[in-house]
Amino acid sequence: MNPKTTDRIATFVLYTIAFLIVSVLFGLLAYILYHGFQRIDLQFITSPPETMKAGGGIGPQLFNSLYLLVLTLIITIPLGLGGGIYLAEYAPKNKVTDAIRLSIEVLSSLPSIVVGLFGLMVFVNVMGWGFSILSGACALTVFNLPLLVRVVEESLRSVPREQKEASLAMGISHWTTIRKVLLPVALPGIITGTILASGRIFGEAAALLFTAGMSSPDLNFSDWSFTTPVSPLNPFRPAETLAVHIWKVNSEGLIPDARAVADGASAILVLTVLFFNLFARWFGRWIYKRLTAS
Amino acid sequence: MRQRNWRTEGFGRGITLFCAAILILITLSIVYFIASKGLSTFFLNGVSLTEFLTGTTWNPDADPGKFGALPFIMGSFLVTVGAALLAAPLGIGAAIFMVEIQPGWGQKILQPVVELLVGIPSVVYGFVGLSVIVPFLRNNVGGLGFSLLAGILVLTVMILPTVTSLSTDAIRRVPRDLKEASLALGATRWQTIWKIIILRSSLPGLLMAIIMGMARAFGEALAVQMVIGNTPLVPKSLLEPANTLTSAITLNMGNTIAGSAYNNALWSMGLLLLLMTFVFILLIRYVGRKGQM
Repeated sequence: MNPKTTDRIATFVLYTIAFLIVSVLFGLLAYILYHGFQRIDLQFITSPPETMKAGGGIGPQLFNSLYLLVLTLIITIPLGLGGGIYLAEYAPKNKVTDAIRLSIEVLSSLPSIVVGLFGLMVFVNVMGWGFSILSGACALTVFNLPLLVRVVEESLRSVPREQKEASLAMGISHWTTIRKVLLPVALPGIITGTILASGRIFGEAAALLFTAGMSSPDLNFSDWSFTTPVSPLNPFRPAETLAVHIWKVNSEGLIPDARAVADGASAILVLTVLFFNLFARWFGRWIYKRLTAS
Repeated sequence: MRQRNWRTEGFGRGITLFCAAILILITLSIVYFIASKGLSTFFLNGVSLTEFLTGTTWNPDADPGKFGALPFIMGSFLVTVGAALLAAPLGIGAAIFMVEIQPGWGQKILQPVVELLVGIPSVVYGFVGLSVIVPFLRNNVGGLGFSLLAGILVLTVMILPTVTSLSTDAIRRVPRDLKEASLALGATRWQTIWKIIILRSSLPGLLMAIIMGMARAFGEALAVQMVIGNTPLVPKSLLEPANTLTSAITLNMGNTIAGSAYNNALWSMGLLLLLMTFVFILLIRYVGRKGQM
């Protein structure tokens, strides 16, 4: 075959692939959102789920997902900042640093069900927290932490050298330079990365099945203490999240409208992830403009 | 003044090292806990390792229990390889399209869509597979619909964004002068793409993209569990139901008694998943080192 014909055929094939992917992906999004919007209304978002009959909502599950996200971030952000700063600024080239980097690689590629098993053994059984939000948040920390450490490290490394050297040349200590010079400049990158990682936590299910549990007690949304068993804020109660709920109604649910509930819940999950993505992009651009005056 | 500086310096270094060291601690304890539980199947319950890895009968409730996990192992590998075979040409093709053929709308439309899809939760992929792919296969191709093929298709769509975006990065790193030299010598666009970009410059990067996608497919639990049918038999065709390591753990971990041989066998499956993670990391490191040469 002459090269020109091959070239034409190849171009045609590549166009077909691109078209196929765009249509599959758009079709997927359109399918989820179209079916979801037929189910979503205020009642669906706020009311508790039913166990046997149709018409249940996803109120507690939505709250659980958000609360779990907040708790996870409270644990992960300080640790992630610390780890990222160490790797970007202090880490010497030695065995310990290599071990830290290998750990990051292992943790970020572990299957989430394995993280769930680990959480089941350590947080649920050994620590004795039972199926609880706290166990779930710790399990999510296991694979959110390496992501965040990477984000912090990369953001710190992208700060121009001159700024750091100017600060050090004025006699300011390395630690103070990190806190007062490097971190503020790296902040936009860190925030954008954290929001993107949050989207991943929000949709996680496999790691939560055996840590945060597959049930949610009847919550009393007027009780905001941290200790009563029906309080939404109690970190020691079991908490089924939105993603786990989608899985549960499909594989072991008894409600007749499982399909519709899963449709609505999927659409909300996808919309939230879309929102996190768009917000992260917008925020990154906004803060870049503020800081660079361009 | 000098002493105070020294003290805050030590404080900063110490506290950040502590945070970083937690990562090592978590990794070591994961390996320790999973391994100690996973190995007790063989040491405490006396299941033979050969039976576990090569036996095809899975009936842990029988007396004596049969612990042949080969159907699960085969299932995991089959869906992973199948998904990689489908996702690799599609993902790499899309990446070439975005970088070389239509950088304009390729980057404006394809890239944001792909990036958004990387973040879509895997349960949603499973659910769409359950409500679209399974009925489609049942009505048009035959069988129950819950099948190896359904698992492969769901995983393909799931890892496609990962493979595409990593391949795009790899192709973008190819130096411009190489391409221009090739075009200037009279090579067609496809000759340039095939000989220069794919075979010479970005092969390690593309391989890495495929391995990352495979790692994700191998470890995926819920999306596969929802569509694969969950029968502990080695499938004879693509349309037969199958099972994977991850979905066996997902379904049975909650229903078995901790400490029983059945339960420990599930932990051994977890240990296998952990070991495969190390294999994937070693592969990625090996390919990465090749790429630097």
